[in-house]
Amino acid sequence: MSKHRFAAAQRHRGEHIAEWTIRIVASTSILTIFLIFVFVFRETTTLFSPDAQNIPSSSATAEEILTPELYNADALTAEEAHELNIPEVYNPETGTLGEPEPIALGGPELPRSSTKQVAERSVWNRLTDAAWQPVSSDPKFGIMPLLVGTAKTTFLAILLGAPLGILAAMYSAFFAPARVRNVLKPTIELLAGFPSVVIGFFCLTIVATLMQDLLGTEARLNAIVGGIGLSITVIPIVFSIAEESLSAVPKSLREASLALGGTEWQTAYRVMLPAAAPGVFAAVLLGIGRAFGETMIAIMATGNAPMLTAGIADPVRTVAATIGAEMGEVVWGSDHYGVLFLLGTILFVVSFGLNAITELYVKQRLIRKFQGQ
Amino acid sequence: MAKEHPVKVRTSDFSVYYGQKQALFNIGIDIFDRKVTAFIGPSGCGKSTFLRSINRMNDLIDGTRCSGKLEVDGIDVYGKEVDVVTLRRSIGMVFQKSIPFPKSIYENITYGLTLTEKRSKDELDHIVETSLKRAALWEEVKDRLTHSAQGLSGGQQQRLCIARAVAVNPEILLMDEPCSALDPISTGKVEELITELKDTYTIVLVTHNMQQAARVSDYTGFFLMGKLIEFDRTRSIFTAPSKKETEDYITGRFG
Amino acid sequence: MKTLASTTTSKKRLLGFFAVLVTVVAVVAIIGLLISMFGTFVVQGSGQLSWTFLTEAPRNNNTEGGIFPAIFGTTILVLLMTLLGVPVGTATAIYLSEYARQSAAFARAVRFAVNTLAGVPSIVFGLFGVGFFIQFVGGGIDNVTAGAVFGKPALLWASATLAVLTLPVVIVSVEEALRAVPRELREASLALGATKWQTITKVVLPNSVSGILTGSILAVGRGAGEVAAILFVGVVYSLERLPSSVTDQFMHLGYHLYVLSTQSPDVEKTLPLQYATTLVLLGLTFVLNFSAIYVRSRLRRI
Ligand SMILES: Nc1ncnc2c1ncn2[C@@H]1O[C@H](COP(=O)(O)OP(=O)(O)OP(=O)(O)O)[C@@H](O)[C@H]1O
Ligand SMILES: [Mg+2]
Repeated sequence: MSKHRFAAAQRHRGEHIAEWTIRIVASTSILTIFLIFVFVFRETTTLFSPDAQNIPSSSATAEEILTPELYNADALTAEEAHELNIPEVYNPETGTLGEPEPIALGGPELPRSSTKQVAERSVWNRLTDAAWQPVSSDPKFGIMPLLVGTAKTTFLAILLGAPLGILAAMYSAFFAPARVRNVLKPTIELLAGFPSVVIGFFCLTIVATLMQDLLGTEARLNAIVGGIGLSITVIPIVFSIAEESLSAVPKSLREASLALGGTEWQTAYRVMLPAAAPGVFAAVLLGIGRAFGETMIAIMATGNAPMLTAGIADPVRTVAATIGAEMGEVVWGSDHYGVLFLLGTILFVVSFGLNAITELYVKQRLIRKFQGQ
Repeated sequence: MAKEHPVKVRTSDFSVYYGQKQALFNIGIDIFDRKVTAFIGPSGCGKSTFLRSINRMNDLIDGTRCSGKLEVDGIDVYGKEVDVVTLRRSIGMVFQKSIPFPKSIYENITYGLTLTEKRSKDELDHIVETSLKRAALWEEVKDRLTHSAQGLSGGQQQRLCIARAVAVNPEILLMDEPCSALDPISTGKVEELITELKDTYTIVLVTHNMQQAARVSDYTGFFLMGKLIEFDRTRSIFTAPSKKETEDYITGRFG
Repeated sequence: MKTLASTTTSKKRLLGFFAVLVTVVAVVAIIGLLISMFGTFVVQGSGQLSWTFLTEAPRNNNTEGGIFPAIFGTTILVLLMTLLGVPVGTATAIYLSEYARQSAAFARAVRFAVNTLAGVPSIVFGLFGVGFFIQFVGGGIDNVTAGAVFGKPALLWASATLAVLTLPVVIVSVEEALRAVPRELREASLALGATKWQTITKVVLPNSVSGILTGSILAVGRGAGEVAAILFVGVVYSLERLPSSVTDQFMHLGYHLYVLSTQSPDVEKTLPLQYATTLVLLGLTFVLNFSAIYVRSRLRRI
């Protein structure tokens, strides 16, 4: 067939280029997720090579990359701290944390004389140690204390934040007059606008003092203070998502319940809340994801002691805080460095998993639930 | 019916599906060149679907398929070689809810013109004036061409949209309930306009207003539940419909 | 019989009262928390706040003087971040709103990735910055050029890391804005023979400028307060001079506050400085957030 007058014009090449450019750029997000996994995981590969132990902490770059001069002359060095068997960065008197290692001069981790004996125990064995003492002649990379610390603070944060967020969401979605709701929602969501370093600072100065006065805890900074701090970030997330899913419950459901003689509050608690359960569940899951990966609040408010204890009034150290506190001083390429990236990989995998559950499972449930009716 | 005019749009056995749902069933119709063809029928019967099939606006909706033939000037519109953009340039469309672009009146008219080629200011000025005159809007807006088109009244906005469509000099003008949001005076103006424009364009008009169809169209098609029940000269349809359903609809017994 | 009925109803009423009351208590608690946070920082911080504090460099190991270098560093950081992130975010939003078939696997994958990205802890972005931007990209450039310029922490890599971190914020608000453009406008443009790309650039984007602005502002607000992600990719606690190139290191308000409040030799002494720094940081983020809310509310009204 010959070309007719509706046949494509030349200019459409540009159109294709535009569309494909957009598509390729749009794949950035997918690519990034992939790259995050690859490159965070890649840095752990030092742990897999047999002679990983012997990477010298040499080179100008190692020094250059150090976070700048920090003044911490009074603090104990990490090693001294370990010998005295007190948490390495926690300073009970001021309630502040020192650096794991004052790093005024030279590399933070000079090759130790004992490197050879140390090499006999592989890093993998060290991961199951009962203690986290990464900077020592016989380093212990026990992640258990960190995991327990993370679990404690996350649990407390959810225990506090989730009910507050959900109840406030119920008030906003069911009981509040429209005018109040219009103001309330953005106001509560302001909480999400606080930088976490500011929340951490608030906990460090105000909440810590308040809790110590109130509970008489031995350590000023501890899992409770950290949990409260983290709950401040959990509240707006849980509130927003729960509010959204509560408001999305079909009106017909509410009317049916009211018509059957249920009161407003019975309807809210017994009909609407269960109907929105998958959404509320998703809200809590995302709250968990936020709390356990949060770094600055954890670093500033938990006391940072990687101790394996059961008490919630004890200072703790979370996984994220460990990376935040130690990455700046570590020798790039060392075992310690690899283990920190391993911790990062754990954080990434867990957050990915939580998100996948909410995306694939919870949303499907919600869709099926409301369409099934 | 006699075919004294050349055919502009011809369909045969043309069906449209939205996903699983079939919206049009085996439509066969001849739309004549430079005549006004009106489509009437109850809501949801497929009038808009048919109209939007002619310039392939339905392509924009995910999951739409069609079968059968739809030809413009003997060219299969859904054929492989057809480029929708080129096709749409020769088929203007006026929508029920026509919002002008949030630009000036002048830019609204020149929008379609500047898409493909650069034109001189004089040429643009000239086309803007003639298009607005054709749309019977020139006198009302000639002093505020640079003002935002959103400041116009509803009726003026609709005429601006007609001017906008006319400016690119199409051969067919599709109008989907162009007057349904207008007051009677504006409606009168648009109807007048349609009668004038049919000397130049083949006009296909969807309307819910039977009087309007009777007033302005030469041919009328009656749709019901996705089927073209009857198609004939407007006079015949309104005076002596051959189908029972058409008569029922026209006399207001349903719909 | 009658008494029984009345006790159950009054019991029920009491229960109902409490059921509503707890929700009100939760709201009051949250609002109280908000007010106490704002209140603390405004009351404690405003005393120290002065013009010199904002415009001077720190003195005496950061225990005196101002925080100008930190304000400067934060500003440059988020500007660079916007430059890098907003185009990518906007393009992704254009794909999702204009090109993607909602059922397409690729579109679903993009959405999933965006949501996942939003949930990745910021410290992981920090590690990503080290592993990917500094070591891989920067180190790669240095290898090729045989230099030692890019393979180390720098403003550029911190901005890039933050750009990735704030990508979901940009995508979500720009997509919302694109979807708010009436379908009729797109159809009118297409019906006039405009191509899809012409429709996007001439009709859709001009009508979503405020949405792109909202997205950028929100991203800046998020990025300005973010500390964990930049800890290892270029931030420093003190500087000899202001950064003059993207490969320099920089000071940052949030990091300044972090170090000042946890690692300076005399935390008590610098407490007023800490509060004032917090107030500046809060001021910055909330001015940004409020302007985003304002721009967005104007957008919704159209
Ligand atoms: N985008 C769509 N997706 C699915 N079904 C659609 C879509 N658009 C229209 N339909 C269905 O196709 C049928 C015909 O719709 P159409 O809009 O063509 O009717 P109409 O005759 O123009 O009605 P009206 O007079 O109300 O404008 C209807 O049943 C409608 O529900
Ligand atoms: Mg219609």
